[in-house]
Amino acid sequence: MRFGFMFSEVGQGLRRNIAMVVSIILVTFISLTFVGTASLLQLQIGQMKNYWYDRAQVAIYLCTDVSPEATCPRGEASDDVKAQVQERLDSATLTPFIDEYYFEDHDQAFANFQEQFAGNAVAQYVKAEQLNETYWVNLFDPNQSQIITESFTGLSGVEEVRDQRSYLDQIFNILNIASLAAVSIASLMLVSSVLLISTTIRLSAFSRRRELGIMRLVGASNFSIQLPFILEGVVAALLGSLLAAGAVLGLVQFFVQGFLAERLPFTSFVSLSDGMLVVPLLIAAGVVLAAVASGLAIRRYLKI
Amino acid sequence: MISVQNVTKKYRGTPRPALDQVSLEIEKGDFVFLVGASGSGKSSLMRLMLREDVPNSGSVHVLGENLVGLPARRVPFFRRKLGVVFQDFRLLPNKTVAQNVAFSLEVIGKSQGFIQEAVPDVLGLVGLSEKADRLPSELSGGEQQRVALARAIVNKPAILLADEPTGNLDPTTSEGIMALINSINLAGTTVVMATHDRSIVDKMQRRVVELSQGQIIRDQVAGGYGARA
Repeated sequence: MRFGFMFSEVGQGLRRNIAMVVSIILVTFISLTFVGTASLLQLQIGQMKNYWYDRAQVAIYLCTDVSPEATCPRGEASDDVKAQVQERLDSATLTPFIDEYYFEDHDQAFANFQEQFAGNAVAQYVKAEQLNETYWVNLFDPNQSQIITESFTGLSGVEEVRDQRSYLDQIFNILNIASLAAVSIASLMLVSSVLLISTTIRLSAFSRRRELGIMRLVGASNFSIQLPFILEGVVAALLGSLLAAGAVLGLVQFFVQGFLAERLPFTSFVSLSDGMLVVPLLIAAGVVLAAVASGLAIRRYLKI
Repeated sequence: MISVQNVTKKYRGTPRPALDQVSLEIEKGDFVFLVGASGSGKSSLMRLMLREDVPNSGSVHVLGENLVGLPARRVPFFRRKLGVVFQDFRLLPNKTVAQNVAFSLEVIGKSQGFIQEAVPDVLGLVGLSEKADRLPSELSGGEQQRVALARAIVNKPAILLADEPTGNLDPTTSEGIMALINSINLAGTTVVMATHDRSIVDKMQRRVVELSQGQIIRDQVAGGYGARA
C-alpha cells in the first residue's frame, strides 16, 4: 500500500476517535512520566552512592563519662586506650586497608557539633565532654569496613564502631522505596494504557468495518489492513511518550537543578544529560507497548 | 477454472450440512446461475469459492489454487484475481463513485498512474462516467450496483462472483445490470451468479445449477429457473 494513502487512513482513524486518542495520550503520558521518574531516582541513587560511599568513613567512638555502663564500665577512655587504638590502626594487618585516619578530640567534636546544629536548641545544652572522642578512618575500599568493625568492637574503652554508610543506606532505602512506588503506579497505568489502546483500536476497526470488509474482499494483504491501525495506536502513544519525555526533562531542569540543587549545594544531582538518557527509553517503551497492544487487538478482530 | 469435488460443509449447531457431497466443474468463460431456495447452500458454495470458508471435507480448486490448503497469508493475493458483487452493493458512503473504485486499487498497492487510467475506463464501461464525483447516496440502486460492478472488474479478474446482484433492484434496472454482467462475461470473464430472480434466469438461458438442501439436484447447460421454485 502506498504511504500517502496509508497516512490519510491513519489520520482519518485518529480524527474519528479523537476522545479515545486523547485519553491514550494522557494515560501514556502519565504512566511514562512515572517510569521516567523512577529511572531518574535510580540514577540519582547510583550517583549518590558513587559520591558518598567513597567519602564515607568508619568512626571509632571512644567512651565518655556519659556512655552507657554496659559498653563502657570504666567511663572516659584513658590515654592508654587511645594509644592501643592508634597502635592497632598502625599495625601491619590494618595499614594495607587504611587510606588515612585522624583523631577528633572533645573540643573538635564540640566545634563540629556547634557548626552542624547551629541555631538548633540542642547546641546550647550539649557539653564538649559529652561528645565522643573519635578516630575517623578512611578506607581504600569503603566496602571493607567490616575489618575495622571487627578489630575494634568490644575493645575496652571503645563505645562503638560505626560505618557511616549505614546512615546513607537508610536514605537510599527511602529513595528505593520511592522509585519502587513510582514503578508500581507506572505499571498499573501502563496496564490500563495497553487496555485502552486495544479498546480504541477495536472501536476504530468497528467504525471502519465496511472499509475492512471491502479491503478483505478485494485482496488487501493482512499487513496493509493492519498497519494503519497499529500506526494509529503508535502515533497516539508516541505523542504521550513525547509529553512524558518533556515532563521528565522539565522535572530535572526546573525541580532538581533549579530547586533542589540550589538548596542542597553539597549533593550531586541528576543533570539534564541523565534526563536525556531516559528519554529514548520512554519513547521506545511507549512505541513498543502501543505496537504490541494494537497489533494484538487488530489481529483478534480481523480473522481472515 | 473452478473445480469443487465432494465438498461437505457443516456449520456448528446445525445437524444438516449446508453442503453435502457437492461436486461442480466450471470452465473458463462459463456463465453459471446458482439457483435454489434460501438455505439451499448457494451462499455457502460462493463463500468456499472466495475462500471465506474452508470445507469440512472435499476439495475446492479455483484458478489453479487449492483453496483448502492455501495458507492464510496467500488468501489476499488469491482474492485479487476475483471480482465480487453483492445484493447490498457494499459501497463506502463517504467516498465518491470514483474514489470507491479507486479504493480497491489503492489498498492492493496499485500505482497512482494505473489508478488514474483504470478508474475512468471502467466507469465508462459501466456507463457512469458522468457521475464519477457523486456520492453513493446520490445514486439510484441500479447505479450503485454498477459502481460495485465497476469496482469488482477494475482489476480485470478472471472470475466474477455475484451474490444476488439484482436482489434489491426493480425488473427494468435488473435487466440493465444483467446486460452489463453479460457483456463482462462476453469479454472473457467467468461469471458465477447466485440468484432468486426467475425472469432473469429464464430469459438468459445459460447454465443453471440448482441446489436443494445442500445438494445439486440439477445442472443444465441452457436452462430456466425450474418448476419447483
